[in-house]
Amino acid sequence: MIEFRDVTKRFPDGTLAVDDFSLVIPSRKITVLVGSSGSGKTTILRMINRMVDPTSGQIEIDGEDVLSLKPVALRRSIGYVMQNSGLLPHRKVVDNIATVPLLKGVKKKDARERALELMDTVGLERSLADRYPSQLSGGQQQRVGVARGLAVDPNILLMDEPFGAVDPIVRDDLQNELLRLQRDLDKTVVFVTHDIDEAFKLGDQVVIFRKGGIVAQKGTPAEILADPADEFVASFVGADRGRRALHVEETPTGSVLVDSDGRAAGVLSGSPRGAAAPSEAKAATVSVAGAPAQGEDAS
Amino acid sequence: MTDILAAFGWIGDPTNWSGPSGIPARLGEHIVYSLLTLLLAAIIALPIGFAIGHSGRFRGLAVGVSGALRALPTLGLVIYLALLTTNLTIVPPLIALTILAIPPILAGAYSGLESVDRAPIDAARAIGMTGWQVFTKVELPLSLPLVIGGIRSGGLQVIATWTVAAILPVGGLGRFLFDGIAVQNYPEILGGSIIVVALALVADGLFAIVQRLVVPRGVTAGRVRDSAEGGRSAARPVPEGAPPT
Amino acid sequence: MSFLWSNLGQVWNLTVTHVWLAALPIIIGFVVSLPIGWVANRYRWSRGVLLTIGGILYTIPSLPLFFAMPALIGTQILSPLNVVVALSIYALALMVRTTADALGSVPGDVLQSATAVGFSAWRRFWSVELPLAGPVLLAGLRVVSVSTVSLVSVGALLGVPNLGYLFTDGLNRSYTEEVLVGIILIMVVALVFDLILVGLGRVLLPWTRSNRRAGRLSRRAAMRAVTGA
Repeated sequence: MIEFRDVTKRFPDGTLAVDDFSLVIPSRKITVLVGSSGSGKTTILRMINRMVDPTSGQIEIDGEDVLSLKPVALRRSIGYVMQNSGLLPHRKVVDNIATVPLLKGVKKKDARERALELMDTVGLERSLADRYPSQLSGGQQQRVGVARGLAVDPNILLMDEPFGAVDPIVRDDLQNELLRLQRDLDKTVVFVTHDIDEAFKLGDQVVIFRKGGIVAQKGTPAEILADPADEFVASFVGADRGRRALHVEETPTGSVLVDSDGRAAGVLSGSPRGAAAPSEAKAATVSVAGAPAQGEDAS
Repeated sequence: MTDILAAFGWIGDPTNWSGPSGIPARLGEHIVYSLLTLLLAAIIALPIGFAIGHSGRFRGLAVGVSGALRALPTLGLVIYLALLTTNLTIVPPLIALTILAIPPILAGAYSGLESVDRAPIDAARAIGMTGWQVFTKVELPLSLPLVIGGIRSGGLQVIATWTVAAILPVGGLGRFLFDGIAVQNYPEILGGSIIVVALALVADGLFAIVQRLVVPRGVTAGRVRDSAEGGRSAARPVPEGAPPT
Repeated sequence: MSFLWSNLGQVWNLTVTHVWLAALPIIIGFVVSLPIGWVANRYRWSRGVLLTIGGILYTIPSLPLFFAMPALIGTQILSPLNVVVALSIYALALMVRTTADALGSVPGDVLQSATAVGFSAWRRFWSVELPLAGPVLLAGLRVVSVSTVSLVSVGALLGVPNLGYLFTDGLNRSYTEEVLVGIILIMVVALVFDLILVGLGRVLLPWTRSNRRAGRLSRRAAMRAVTGA
């Protein structure tokens, strides 16, 4: 469990990135920090592995104050995945994944073996092991980044907009991959994104930020959608716009879910049309619940 | 044209190839002096340049000091130190030329480190590498081409400046130039010049090869030669300042 | 500084010739490099060739080059033309690379919008490309300036009058102070040249002062152009 207590961060140039922030991040769940740029969410994430230290307040991991832990040792016990993967361009894929185990003194052979296993885990073909990152596609590079984060089998996985730089189809794949991994591995995942749809899809707990690291609302996706705390949240999740306010309409060809702009958004699953059109059924499952059912495969 | 022919005649003359003042002897001296100077300058400049590039501090100071050093005229500094220490061995020129070779090597070191993409460095820190490990495992390998480039500039400068240092009674290929001036032997002057130029070009070529070899494999592996970069893999670092004096 | 005061006239004359011998190559090198650099930038295939030639020229040590000038261009050994031509070659070799990089650093979308608005290629070069390439060009010019001022002194070995004479004469007379005066004055001249260039930059390129991002980008591009990164 990670706990933030009254954490403030003011940078040397005066910017107040985080102001009196408190949050409990439960173990073995995915917590998503979401907000626009400049909302302090990345700063908060990076305080967990001491890439940034707070100006005031405490951060505790399982009861231990992070400031009392040595940064290098701490970082080697936490998985970190960033946008553009941050892979070392001059090392092969398998060496990239094995970076931290090697730092910790694991024998080269064992580290390589484990790296190959991790490639299986994240869905990469072993034939890519001796390639260089620049020879991989964006989606593949991100998978390598995730594998690297998992290499020391950490309890905590920090992910900073890891899927932001890939195209939507690949992003969808990677998100599903993450959900599957979480089912198998049960890590404490802290995930930062600016995409509210991604947040709702992945998060057991979603925390919406305003500028300055101020929490606008936190809760499960369903709680947030059902009861947005204020105008800002409502606008951020799109609850006030047409997309998420749906009603059923009868058309000559069957029942259709329609948004408040009158555009068809999907069908109720279980209706005759729904069974025949998988993509619509997917949309329907999403739209009726207001958020993707956690852990349930949307297809 | 006749001058050039005479120069080659001088080079071809077998009497100029034997003895302590023959071409091989002077060439050997020149190479030894140059390597020694380069080594000394690198020992001083590389650690400082790496420290600046890695920490990002004192860069302005380094640029300023480099600029000032580059304005120092070679001839003047060599003569000044020799007179100051009333020493006419190779020690004063060695000191002078080492000082003058520092700016390009220093610049190669810190600009090499600065040219490394920030993302892998940040990631390396975040996954738990110590500062030293980040430097040796990430920054250094990725910065090598530019670092070698700086040494290359320094090397060429050193070869050139030892030619000028022969105004003092030291060895090296410059001897042909200055001895030639003394007796108005233009073929000797020109012949000696040609050999120095040849040495410089060969050295430059060798450095270029090393610079190519030193690019980490992963960096070129997937890269389509970016025409916007104009084939900059040759990365020929134009020495910051003094052309080979 | 007794040497200086007792020889003010002679030193002043030497300084003046030194300034000329440095300024001419800088200007020639810069001006001639513009079309060549433009070609290298515009026609990618020529870039490699031109830069390689420039690189080779730049590799040639200066003293040999000075001495080779009479054989190459038929001047007398004592002629100042040797120094001017040789230094112009260096300045040109250095500036061609800088110019090519500087013109290449101008954002493509700016050029395209200029063409779309209706600039002809000629006017676009003078009104858009050159000004925007300015900061990088300036950085390269400052490097050329410093090295040229310093190199002129080597010309004293050919008997061409300039501040370097204080070195050879100082050596002959074992007069340390004379040599020191020469070193200091050359550095002063280099500094003055640099200040003039910076001043020109401020006057001709006012937007780089207020636009911090452009300043940073141009400094990085300048760094690349100068170190060949």
